Amino acid sequence: MKFERYGKGIAKGMALTLKHFFRRPITTQYPEERLYVSRRIRGNQLVWDKNVCNACSACSRACPAGCLIVVTSRDENKKLKVDKIEQDIGICISCGLCVESCPVKCLFMSCDYEKSAYSRKNFILTGEDLMPSEKRIPSGYFSPENESKLPMQTLLIDR
Amino acid sequence: MLSTFITNTNPNILYASALPPDWPGGFWSHMLIFIVILFVFVILGVMAFIYIERRVLGRFQIRIGPNRTGPFGIIQPVADTIKILIKEDIIPQNADGLLHLLAPAIAFIPTLMIFAVIPLQNGVALVDLNIGILYIVAISSVSVVGILMAGWASNNKYALISAMRVIAQVVSYEIPLALSIIGVVLLTGNLSMNSIVESQNIPFILLQPLGFIIYFIAALAEINRTPFDLLEAESEIVAGFNIEYSGIKFALFFLTEYAEALAISAIIATIYLGGWRGPLLPPILWFLIKMVAVFILIIWVRSTLPRIRIDQVMGFAWKFLLPLALINLLITGLQVITLPDLSQWVIVAINFVVTAVLILFWSKFYRLTGDKKVEV
Repeated sequence: MKFERYGKGIAKGMALTLKHFFRRPITTQYPEERLYVSRRIRGNQLVWDKNVCNACSACSRACPAGCLIVVTSRDENKKLKVDKIEQDIGICISCGLCVESCPVKCLFMSCDYEKSAYSRKNFILTGEDLMPSEKRIPSGYFSPENESKLPMQTLLIDR
Repeated sequence: MLSTFITNTNPNILYASALPPDWPGGFWSHMLIFIVILFVFVILGVMAFIYIERRVLGRFQIRIGPNRTGPFGIIQPVADTIKILIKEDIIPQNADGLLHLLAPAIAFIPTLMIFAVIPLQNGVALVDLNIGILYIVAISSVSVVGILMAGWASNNKYALISAMRVIAQVVSYEIPLALSIIGVVLLTGNLSMNSIVESQNIPFILLQPLGFIIYFIAALAEINRTPFDLLEAESEIVAGFNIEYSGIKFALFFLTEYAEALAISAIIATIYLGGWRGPLLPPILWFLIKMVAVFILIIWVRSTLPRIRIDQVMGFAWKFLLPLALINLLITGLQVITLPDLSQWVIVAINFVVTAVLILFWSKFYRLTGDKKVEV
């Protein structure tokens, strides 16, 4: 005589939900709490190191969306210098081709993922805006040396 | 001894045994004050229950729940209420306007009336009716009329389907509900809610485990909580009977839903968990703690079980709950008559074994139409 349908499944389900009741909530309360993103994230702003750049404009030529404008000129020593560099993050498709094309590794994707601004004008980053700072951390995309410095990504499965 | 908890309370009590004698105005001032107290109790209780439900359900689903409005989100129900109340009140073009207007009130008022006989403390109730539990069974099934009126008056097929479903469901589940209460009444020998509490030297959930299970399931179906929420099955009939309601009328239906949950929690706390009785803490606090515990059990069931089909709902009532309720009634009657001098803890043990065996064996007989035949 086989017994089924006496509420075993219900008891199992109730035990499962009870176990969940005592788990830590999986919710991240975003503006206050942040998770670490992937170390190789292609964030939506570029980080440009002025001191390393040799002004070859390879990044500008590689850009498929045409959001990266580099204007260069020669100084008195016939050396190339960057007069103007401009990224419109409203147009940027975060493909990372500019970073990959850079011969001296002066250009990186950033770890930043908060894109919103009050005006379209604020999407345009020029010159010094693109320099690395405390808020603009270069990501590990196409640069393993940066990747090793960044914290590991938070996985919700570990929580 | 079983005979110790069959108490004889004064048969001369007609109503208002808790009447404070020296108040000016006598019974009427008592009634006025208690109506205000109960109204505030129901409104605040509903708000607290909405908050508790959203937070506890969140924890069952590994979420946090609302925590932004005020400290720990405790003003969230107030924000919800204001948001619902300021919405436009719409009556559909071909609706029956009068019925559409009356339905929320007819659904809400009986639910509010249940609280008249529930003792918050020893004898503290609006009236301590000597037919208290019968009054509750009678009055609580009236609110379904309001739901049928809403479904009919809305001039909407989903609303009408929902109303028809809820009528079938509530009428079916009334029977096991009432039969499981009779088991308690047999033990106390009294219908008054206060004397039911007074006679619970051990909570009746221990003496009547099967009765408690049947009452709990039937009550879930009565108040249309989740495993039986065919009334507003979102995936099938949009929102059910309240699809054409908005503004303050919808708020009344929302209030009814939670006031029913409050009432069921209060009734279960009173007749199965010993009501206001308990050590150390003040009685009113014990009552509230037991109510919230029952409500958290209801939320636990909601977070676990999926909605069942209408044929499963009806089959479960008539083929499973009703026979078991009758058997429970028979066993309780036999115990009260033949074993009045046995120690009550022996009866507790017997009843738990009988409950387990009955549920196990009755599950062999329970089969729905279209199921494959199970070889025994």
